[in-house]
Amino acid sequence: MSNTTLAPAPAAASAAAAVGRAPAPQNGAAPRRKDRFHRGAGRWIVLAIVGLFALAMVAPFLLMVINAFKSPAEYSGGSPLSLPKQIYTDGLAYFWQRVNFPVKLWNSIWTSALVAVAGTLLSLLNAYAIGVGRVRGRAWIVAVFMIANMLPQEGLIYPLFTMAQKTGLTDNPWSIVIIFTVIQSAFGTYLLSSVLGTFPRALLEAAELDGAGRWQILWRVVYPIVRPTMAVLAIFFFIWTWNEFFIPLVMLTSNDNQTVPIALSSLQGDRMLDVPTLNAGALVSLIPTFLFFLFFQRTLTRGVTAGAVK
Amino acid sequence: MVQTNRPAHPRARGLAYLPYLLPGMVAFTVIILVPLALNLWYSLHRWKGGMSPMRFIGLDNYAELARDEKFWASFSNSLSMIVAMVIIPTLIGLVLAAVLFDYVGKHFSSRTAAALRAMYYLPQILPISVAGIVWNWILNSQTGAVNTILRGLGVASPPNWLGSTSTALGSVMLVLIWIQIGYPTVIFMSALQRVDPELYEAAELDGAGWLARFRAITVPQIRPETFVIVLTCTIAALKVFAPIYVLTRGGPESSTLVPSYYSYLNFFDKSKVGYGAAISTVLTLVIIVIAGVIQVFQNRSARREEEGR
Repeated sequence: MSNTTLAPAPAAASAAAAVGRAPAPQNGAAPRRKDRFHRGAGRWIVLAIVGLFALAMVAPFLLMVINAFKSPAEYSGGSPLSLPKQIYTDGLAYFWQRVNFPVKLWNSIWTSALVAVAGTLLSLLNAYAIGVGRVRGRAWIVAVFMIANMLPQEGLIYPLFTMAQKTGLTDNPWSIVIIFTVIQSAFGTYLLSSVLGTFPRALLEAAELDGAGRWQILWRVVYPIVRPTMAVLAIFFFIWTWNEFFIPLVMLTSNDNQTVPIALSSLQGDRMLDVPTLNAGALVSLIPTFLFFLFFQRTLTRGVTAGAVK
Repeated sequence: MVQTNRPAHPRARGLAYLPYLLPGMVAFTVIILVPLALNLWYSLHRWKGGMSPMRFIGLDNYAELARDEKFWASFSNSLSMIVAMVIIPTLIGLVLAAVLFDYVGKHFSSRTAAALRAMYYLPQILPISVAGIVWNWILNSQTGAVNTILRGLGVASPPNWLGSTSTALGSVMLVLIWIQIGYPTVIFMSALQRVDPELYEAAELDGAGWLARFRAITVPQIRPETFVIVLTCTIAALKVFAPIYVLTRGGPESSTLVPSYYSYLNFFDKSKVGYGAAISTVLTLVIIVIAGVIQVFQNRSARREEEGR
């Protein structure tokens, strides 16, 4: 990224206050010299606009956070915009028990983690055959994988549902693991094959001359080099699986097997719940993904981009 | 290429790697191809699901679909979904990315730009059910944040945003726009990084203002990404299910019904499995055609890039 900053980065100094001032008249007519980027009040107006837009984007979360800690009486008595007068945590505790949150959390964690690992491994095996092995018809295979990744899950769900019934996997989180390992690896194969398609031939040939077999080449030569890409994929698979809604909604019917998103959505019609408890529930359910987002922000943006442009 | 002393014939080499493809192929067949074929098969039957008898009725389900007003309503709502998930977010994302990259990043710092980008991207990363719960509350007619504020401002009877036929679709579209904006913004920003900065500098020396640079450099340079975003988001818009499920369940009176939710309703609510299968088959076909178009265009642009543009 081109970091042309010459002056120190602006502190959070009141961008909003700057809007009040009229823009400096010299704007545009000023002669451009070396530090052409750091002058004029116009830039504060632009920052204020994009800043306000960002605030509008996070406003629903802010509203949720300030209303999660109010007592029902305080909520109905005041404005949703007011800060809580005291921190009320009974709503949170009530939500925690009512949906048996630790169980849902654990279900989400282990299913997503298994899909992340199994999905990347399956992607690697496929991509090794396609990208390095150059099996015949590989262009078609990749196209089919890519299209499969875009299919509506509604077109698969009923047969998958009956298959789960026949194999005894009804209402079993393992059905989610198996299904998403395959669906995610369709995307992983697509991405990794294009990476492995440009794998340096010289490296492979050197390993072959040293007497390495295909299995050894995969693990000793190819895998160490694509490991960073696989890590990005794994992070993606984890978060996608975590957020999946439709298939878990259909497959996991009993309370003890549900994942966090499904447990949360099942609360919606619940007349027993007051507004602060609902907000507390949303807040708690958001924390794991939010932490994940903070840790892997860079990786995630890199991954989104790779997915779109590769 | 010079002939190397590779041990085996190319074709034999290809075959040699087949075992590595085998697990993936088997899994793919069982989890995707077979269900797709079965779904097509189901769509030719009248079937209540489970143990009940299946009766072959040929294309009757499809004939019924053609006359079904709800089905057509769901597809016309898909057009609104495309407006909300493709057209508006792509336009906003384009402007945001250009402002963040070419203005905020240069006049302030790239860290400011990155922080703002993260804020725009946040809704993309959260479970849809969290967004659903929060928006359901914000837009609730009685206890919701928006209407409480409106009443405080003296509006006697604020709209029932998600509950009335005149406002539900618009409200859902608003939430979808909010969800989607981060995606094109992030992709466009990284696309701009690959644009040669000398282009901008040259344009600036020639006296081109921000708007002129936006039109003459930014938009044409990131055309490949724009194309990918438009097509992938169109597919996402056609498939949209979870936001509808958590916000309105297709109501009121099918005003927010979409094909995927309509098929779900037939599968699991009305026990019309054959009919649900027919809806999802039509949807699948539409999406395969669009995905095929993407593939063709991506291959073409990849080829152009290899030939050196």
